[in-house]
Amino acid sequence: MITIKDLHKSYTMGTNSLHVLKGINFSVQEGELVSIMGSSGSGKSTLLNILGMLDEADEGSYTLDGVPIKNLNEKIAAQYRNKFLGFIFQSFNLINYKSALDNVGMPLYYQGMKRKERTEKAMAYLEKVGLANWAHHMPNELSGGQKQRVAIARALASDPKVLLADEPTGALDTKTSYEVMDLIQGINDEGKTILIVTHEDDIAHMTKRIVNLKDGLIIDDTAVDQVRALSHV
Amino acid sequence: MFDLERWQEILETISKNKLRTFLTGLSVASGIFILVILLGFGQGMQNGISAQFQRDASSRISVYTGVTSKGYKGLNPGRFIEMTNEDYNYLIKKYEDDLEFKSSVYRIWSGTLNFGNESGSYRVEGVYPDYQFLENEDMVAGRYINYDDQEKKSKVMVIGNKVKQDLFNNQDPIGQQVQINGINFKVVGVYTDPGGEREETRVFVPLSTSQRVFGGADKVGNLGFTLKPKETFQKTLEQSVRFSSEIESFLKERHLIAPDDTSAIGINNTLEGTKRFYDLIGMIKTFFWVVGICTIIAGVVGVSNIMLIIVKERTKEIGIRKALGAQPLSIITMILHESIFVTAIAGFTGLILSMALLEVVGPNLDMDFIKNPSVNFNVALTTVFILILAGALAGFVPAWRAARIKPITALREE
Repeated sequence: MITIKDLHKSYTMGTNSLHVLKGINFSVQEGELVSIMGSSGSGKSTLLNILGMLDEADEGSYTLDGVPIKNLNEKIAAQYRNKFLGFIFQSFNLINYKSALDNVGMPLYYQGMKRKERTEKAMAYLEKVGLANWAHHMPNELSGGQKQRVAIARALASDPKVLLADEPTGALDTKTSYEVMDLIQGINDEGKTILIVTHEDDIAHMTKRIVNLKDGLIIDDTAVDQVRALSHV
Repeated sequence: MFDLERWQEILETISKNKLRTFLTGLSVASGIFILVILLGFGQGMQNGISAQFQRDASSRISVYTGVTSKGYKGLNPGRFIEMTNEDYNYLIKKYEDDLEFKSSVYRIWSGTLNFGNESGSYRVEGVYPDYQFLENEDMVAGRYINYDDQEKKSKVMVIGNKVKQDLFNNQDPIGQQVQINGINFKVVGVYTDPGGEREETRVFVPLSTSQRVFGGADKVGNLGFTLKPKETFQKTLEQSVRFSSEIESFLKERHLIAPDDTSAIGINNTLEGTKRFYDLIGMIKTFFWVVGICTIIAGVVGVSNIMLIIVKERTKEIGIRKALGAQPLSIITMILHESIFVTAIAGFTGLILSMALLEVVGPNLDMDFIKNPSVNFNVALTTVFILILAGALAGFVPAWRAARIKPITALREE
């Protein structure tokens, strides 16, 4: 599903050049649930941003579902993001003046779907994350866990190939974190490919494979026995 | 433009951000409002001042006489100069081709008018038929003095509207006999003068009649002329100045007045005043336009500012939208569509409110120098479009930049 080869990325800060990714080789098969771990500064978020086409690599190749992701202009990148990827952010990034339902419907709006169809589909995804009763609430009326569920529903709405989650439990307490992880595991069980960036061990062990990054290089890549989040709740 | 989905999206955004929309709208609406009111009152002042200047024909040249201040050819100073029919006849013959309207005037300063029980004291003037046009008078009823009256020395009179109100109340004055200083005259017409009441308290009779009845012999107190206009205002003005000075030297020579005596012969050339008047009107117009344009510039700056802030405020939202698959063009059109929609609605609201205010207040406004303030609708409409266009342009730059921001940068924005 995802193949990256010899990926390099550096940032220029003033006169200093900061080499963040120093040649990453890495691939993910369809249906995997992978966590990317590392201390802050290890380059894990940068890697996720490049995978998400939110940022561009300096060197190396990246193939997503057989499509080479290279020299994209903004227009095509936007199309690919809409078609291939769903994002889950630490700070949820919901649009605060739109209801939960409308937030979930956003990716569908950019697919050019008609309002009626969009609303039906968004409602179905809200039901899936257990928030059908909160569909017409504004984000500021929802708890952190609920906001993240809306964000997950939104990420799923365009039926992407891959879900990318950047510290999805970073802003949540442990109990809520596990509920969100349970939801993510459930989605993975249905066959969706998911990548999670995290620095929490317990969250990482709820995935099927842990990739460890340090100073811009992969130092460890092992499959683990998945811990079901439900057993902790 | 007619994409229903986008309209829904925009209307939703607007209704969910009422304060932001209101503030943008307010700055545009007030800008237009102030501009229209300003231009309206500029026009009002122009109308008011024009009316003041319309009392007499705008190119009238009046000649009057006074007392000599210098001795000349053995004559003492202090002589009172009086013009005669002969002076007038000579001048109108000499300048026959140039003159448009002409009349000499014999004035009885205060004539007592009696009609029934009513009486009053008015200025009575003996004039030629052309005098109507020199005074810029319009007939309300009947007719003016004509050449037949002049020939026959008829005892007829034309009265001002105010005189009619004073003496006749609601009666029809035409055909009535009124006594001037005890002598019966028949009223043949009533006139009105744009100069207002003060100009309408006068009574006109044929010159020949007045000279005979009131003991004027062949004396005239005043000459009035207008010249046929030339192709350009400048040429007309030059001709009229030359004409004035020729009359002056002719009269001085004929009545033995020193050439440098300034008090014996007076010539009032309205055209020179008219030139100053047009200059003044031009100044007023320019002033209001400058103020108006400054107001628009202030409005444009205001709109640009608000657009910058809106885009800044929405940077994160733009990042989210891009992460969800929004294309750069859709971000730009979203922002522009919203800004054009809001400025258009607000602009027209300001336009309608200000026009309504001018409509209601304008005709009721009764001041000497402001009359019927109004504004050219096309000018106002153009201004609205300029503001909308400026708002769109002002919004385009930040929108374009926002659309080019990498989504990751926009997302980091807090």
